[in-house]
Amino acid sequence: MKITVRVWRQANPSDEGKMVGYDLDDVSEHMSFLEMLDVLNERLTLEGEEPIAFDSDCREGICGMCGLVINGLAHGPERTTTCQLHMRSFKDGDVIDIEPWRSSSFPVVKDLVVDRGAFDRIIQAGGYISAPTGSAPEANNLPVPKENADHAFEAATCIGCGACVAACPNGSAMLFTAAKITHLGLLPQGQPERASRVLGMVEQHDHEGFGNCTNIGECTAACPKGIPLDTISRLNRDLLGALAKGKA
Amino acid sequence: MTKRVGARRSTVALKALMAVSGLIMVGYLLLHMYGNLKVFSGQVAFDEYSHHLRTIGEPLLPESGLLWIIRVVLLAAIIAHVYSAVVLTVRDRKATRTGSGPRYKSKQNKRGFQRSYASFTLRWGGVIIFLFIIFHLLNLTTNDIAPGGASASPYERVLNTFGEWYMVLVYTIALLAVGFHLRHGVWAAGMTLGANTSVKARRNLNVLAYALSGIITIGFLIPPYAILFGWVG
Repeated sequence: MKITVRVWRQANPSDEGKMVGYDLDDVSEHMSFLEMLDVLNERLTLEGEEPIAFDSDCREGICGMCGLVINGLAHGPERTTTCQLHMRSFKDGDVIDIEPWRSSSFPVVKDLVVDRGAFDRIIQAGGYISAPTGSAPEANNLPVPKENADHAFEAATCIGCGACVAACPNGSAMLFTAAKITHLGLLPQGQPERASRVLGMVEQHDHEGFGNCTNIGECTAACPKGIPLDTISRLNRDLLGALAKGKA
Repeated sequence: MTKRVGARRSTVALKALMAVSGLIMVGYLLLHMYGNLKVFSGQVAFDEYSHHLRTIGEPLLPESGLLWIIRVVLLAAIIAHVYSAVVLTVRDRKATRTGSGPRYKSKQNKRGFQRSYASFTLRWGGVIIFLFIIFHLLNLTTNDIAPGGASASPYERVLNTFGEWYMVLVYTIALLAVGFHLRHGVWAAGMTLGANTSVKARRNLNVLAYALSGIITIGFLIPPYAILFGWVG
């Protein structure tokens, strides 16, 4: 199939950047979206042009490295990662707009690559448990209700790709932050640091300059892992609870 | 990066302030709507109800005491609501502004995956409602704006106002704005206060938001249309 892609090209962080169009004549519908860009990059390299910079790693939808805004939607029209999106989701003759995640907290490094270091700093502010080292305790000593285990696991599937920020009309990273709060907050190991975790992570989230959640749900709709919106309500509950107990 | 502030002044805390102040106003709207429907009981009942609001709680409270308590609480709620809305909106604009022009250059999927009309219009709808409240106070409370004639009787003020079709139109537009605002606002308040923790809770919250939005919009619009069509008095 023949398609036209319009790609955001930006040489470096201080460059203004612009959309540049490229025609592709021989795209197979079986290609993944990133393979299509690989083919375009091979052509650009042969023609002596600078190839398009974009992030990817595992290409099987589990690492969270890839992520493009395709036709205005984070990870494109299907609920999956960009690497697991295939060209059969598009039609012959389509014009496809490809842009980087847009957030003032995710500065563009080059073309479609953004710096998501802000996520690492949010995790460092409390997204962990301080477990003593040594051998693992006997699992049956610590019963976890099935429902809690399921919810915690669901939240734990977050791959930190940043689609929630890209899709959020406010550029909020609440779904990412809330996934970790929910994951650890529902398990016994997460209890000792439950209050300090939510206080620290929300403080860091705000400090990074992310927007606030207006409960629209675009993050959940864009999330390739389907992290549910109720994680954010759990985060709110934990934060207000910690404040009420005078933990701040 | 923005200035580091503690969790007490975080976006989540501001949202909670917005949620609580909003719910206070929703509670007031329900009482206000109940009072409005007294218009169907005739002039004596309506004017007496209005007078009763000023003498309620006497002699424990001075005249209009309760009314002033309500006014102070409502004013505080409005200030808190508008303050948090402005601070958070400015923050959100900063968070999404990267370079010149729109955030995403693509003209496709402007409404994202599932953004609703109610969520889209929340902020500007709020501004419309704010302006309407000022107009409404000048109209029916102070009676400085008195289409159809001024009167000392609250009942006559209402009848004179809604005898004019364009006033009914103004109130209809304002109440539709209130309806959309409540559809998303009530849901968001529940989310912010931590009520959405399961699929069932989410459904219940959405039902509550639709119900409150529908009841308040329709309940407030019944008297103006009844008056316009001549079914009152």
